[in-house]
Amino acid sequence: MKSNLHMYVMAAPLLTAFLVNIFGRNNRKVIAPMVLGALGLSSLLAIAVLKRTLMLGDLSYTAGAWTPPWGIELLVDPLSALMLLLIAAVSFIATFAALPCVKRDLEDRQHLFFTLYLILIAGLMGLVLTADAFNLYVMLEITSITTYGLIALGRGRAPLSSFNYIIMGSVAASFYLLGVGYLYLLTGTLNMADIARYLPALQGTAALSTALAFILIGLWIKMAFFPLHGWLPRAYTDAPDGAGVLIAPLMTKVTIYLMVRLMLTFQSPTFPLISMDVRTLVIWAAAIGIVCASSLALAQRNLKQMLTYIIIAEVGYMVGGAWLANDQGMTGTLLHIVNDALMTLCLFLAAVAIAYRTGSLHFDNLKGLYRRMPWTMAFFTIGAFAMIGVPPTCGFYSKWYLLLGGIEAGQWEFVVALIFSSLVNAVLFFRIIELAYFGSLQDSEHHAHASAEPQEAPWWILSPLALTAVLLIVVGLSTGPLVNNIIRLMIPVGF
Amino acid sequence: MTPIVSIWPLAAILVSLLGALPIILANRQPNLRESWTILIALVKLMIVASLLPGVLEGNSYVFTIAQVIPGVPIELRVDALGMIFALVASSLWLFTSIYSIGYMRALDEHAQTRYYASFAVAISATLGVAFAGNLLTMYLFYEMLSLSTYPLVTHEQNAEARSSGRKYLTYILGTSIGLALPAMMITYSVAGTLDFTSGGILAGKASPELLALLVVLFLFGFAKAGLMPFHGWLPAAMVAPTPVSSFLHGVAVVKAGVFSIFRIIFDILGPETLQSADLGSLITYIASVTLLIASMVALTQDSLKRRLAYSTIGQLAYMVLGAGMLSATGMLGGVMHLAMHAFGKITLFFCAGAIYVASKKKNISQMDGLGRRMPITYLAFFLGSLSIIGMPPLGGFISKWNLLIGAVEGDQLVLIVVLLISSLLNAAYFFPIIYRGFFVPATDGEGDGIKEAPLFCLIPLSVTALVSLALFFYPDTLLKLARMALGI
Repeated sequence: MKSNLHMYVMAAPLLTAFLVNIFGRNNRKVIAPMVLGALGLSSLLAIAVLKRTLMLGDLSYTAGAWTPPWGIELLVDPLSALMLLLIAAVSFIATFAALPCVKRDLEDRQHLFFTLYLILIAGLMGLVLTADAFNLYVMLEITSITTYGLIALGRGRAPLSSFNYIIMGSVAASFYLLGVGYLYLLTGTLNMADIARYLPALQGTAALSTALAFILIGLWIKMAFFPLHGWLPRAYTDAPDGAGVLIAPLMTKVTIYLMVRLMLTFQSPTFPLISMDVRTLVIWAAAIGIVCASSLALAQRNLKQMLTYIIIAEVGYMVGGAWLANDQGMTGTLLHIVNDALMTLCLFLAAVAIAYRTGSLHFDNLKGLYRRMPWTMAFFTIGAFAMIGVPPTCGFYSKWYLLLGGIEAGQWEFVVALIFSSLVNAVLFFRIIELAYFGSLQDSEHHAHASAEPQEAPWWILSPLALTAVLLIVVGLSTGPLVNNIIRLMIPVGF
Repeated sequence: MTPIVSIWPLAAILVSLLGALPIILANRQPNLRESWTILIALVKLMIVASLLPGVLEGNSYVFTIAQVIPGVPIELRVDALGMIFALVASSLWLFTSIYSIGYMRALDEHAQTRYYASFAVAISATLGVAFAGNLLTMYLFYEMLSLSTYPLVTHEQNAEARSSGRKYLTYILGTSIGLALPAMMITYSVAGTLDFTSGGILAGKASPELLALLVVLFLFGFAKAGLMPFHGWLPAAMVAPTPVSSFLHGVAVVKAGVFSIFRIIFDILGPETLQSADLGSLITYIASVTLLIASMVALTQDSLKRRLAYSTIGQLAYMVLGAGMLSATGMLGGVMHLAMHAFGKITLFFCAGAIYVASKKKNISQMDGLGRRMPITYLAFFLGSLSIIGMPPLGGFISKWNLLIGAVEGDQLVLIVVLLISSLLNAAYFFPIIYRGFFVPATDGEGDGIKEAPLFCLIPLSVTALVSLALFFYPDTLLKLARMALGI
């Protein structure tokens, strides 16, 4: 059905980006209400879009009224509506914490920061909305370039990390573009649904395999799928706190969603995109990636850096789950996209809160934090439990589906990797919980007077953190409706 | 009987979970805070007790909290087996709360608010395990119990507590994620459901090899039951304050492990399915080894609490052994021992704590002559140990007698020998303590001025000792529940 409601979800941050740049230049006070207003509106509209797609089915908007396959189509079905809501909600929540951080770190460049920040959000929304393979490339570049800029605003060696990311990101973009070029040569169209129609006829041709390989590798670099992850840890660690809380939860997850969307669009009974030998190869890569990234996380002595390696391990979860090519695995991946975004948001918000008060996230600095920042640490603990996969937090349920998919597909290496990673996560987080709980044992005799007064993070950071922690449990408990009403509908029968 | 939809099972769990809040808020008013604890414990016991008559009539109460996975909601169901555990846990929590006041104040412990709040969460999780309607729900509360007891185990916050805490989590969390979770996933993938169903859900669906694998994964996966070689956390956890050791490591936590194994054997794998695959002997073998080794190790321990810990490991293996016999009498003995041991062992731990409060003594070798100065404590200790050894006229006799009959009926000569040897070993590690207390005179000047522990400690331990005695004469309710649970 034709509709332009979902267009407004994306338009709100995009237009506000320019307004923030113009009006925020001279008056810093207008930035916060403008950004929050735009993203709040976006979130409300995204809820409306989700409701409407659940009632009426897919909504489509054609830019400039050019009909597809020639014109650009923005298509939204319940699943992309869910992603849209996820992006809008996560960025809305993250912004509360980003505001005080940016105010402190980038005093006179706030308007520039939030211009990039809002364009990035609009780009992410565009990624999940577009139904056009080339348009997707454009959106991918918009998000990447804004991310480069945001990361480069960080302190210390951030420009170098950003540069490293630029190189890897550009390679990825070229790969993707090349792949799309091949596809265009083969099919003569760029509309994804249209491409899918031509694929069965092209089955087995070397050109098609090359095209798909280019596209996949491009996306894998962008999502930091092991071993193409090299750029991620430094880039995410060095990013300014205000940008980290947005980029870390969303960027990799949206790229994984793109991979899944392409897989679901291209895969059909007459065209098995996921052939057996490639599938085994990818799942092995995912399993090895999970194990390696988890082990690397163990070697870190800085909270944020540790979290970045966990993100890479989680990418392995989701790629592996999607390539299991069964119902359960795909459900697990889609559910985990939502859950992992929220878990990462929760942990990054907690990290930002701690960094805001203590200045550093090195493990030595975390000692005795339960006494100094009891609420922050309580919410951090919930996020940690979700990452470990303790029910009833949401992390458990997506892991459940992923494990079940692995068992049903008989891919035991993936099952073992998932269990291993859960155990490593338990070690990782309890190491921190222990540090924060015990403090330094040497001065435990005089801890009575040595104990610093509670020094909580400001409300601007604490309240989104609290909300996210609650969401982890609420989303966990509503796994049933989420899976039955949205995710299952989008997975083709017999997948 | 059709299940009755009721919110009371949820209320029983939530009352102490939400009750943690007023406890935290009353941080600076100890008397108010402890009043909250006692009040919550009373309300909880009343809710559980109010469900008892219905359960005895054969009703079950269900409540679905959330639909999470197709066919596996988060669901509570109160049945006879759960009722036994819930009754034992919620009544003993009341005594433990009273005892905690005496113990924690006498020793002027730090961070008491955190202590009482964690305790409240832990008892919620325990009732959740008891009232869980399917394996997923039970797993959920089982994990919640593991995590909420971490601050209690590491309460002292010194280096020893830290290493014990590590050991605790490694064993408990490591096995539940590494063994029990995959076993649960395999079960779900084979059976398509995880509901506790009398007779099991795997009949005719799993090969004997798969069943054997599941038995091993589940037995060791629920490491709270302390089956060797996954028992090491229990002695280490004795670093916790004594009320924690008494309640959690004598009753709630360890019995949550055994209870989980009961659920697996009775309601997931199914006794008949296990019987036909001839897997009962696998369970009894694992349990027997643990039972004998633990009892012998207990003999060598000088620290009173560590001796009790090893005794607990041995007694837990009795319960698993009973369930593993797969015969009606044997399983009945196992279930009954869960309740009987709880009252006996908590008495012993309470006594150990009372001795520590009164004399600051931890080791048995220092306890010469103490019985004359603390006669009530020692008398209670005597009753408690008789119950654990399994002598009449104490409750423990009933369960051990059933275990023995079960072994005789099953013609399992080896098990009869194991049970008899073990009972002798039990006597051998308990009686010297009592003998030293009463008959070996204290060295000169030692122990002057030692008198009984505060009343807050003394009353609970006397009551639990008397309950152990009473259970010998009035075991009917428990026996009826156990028979209903086993369908005999």
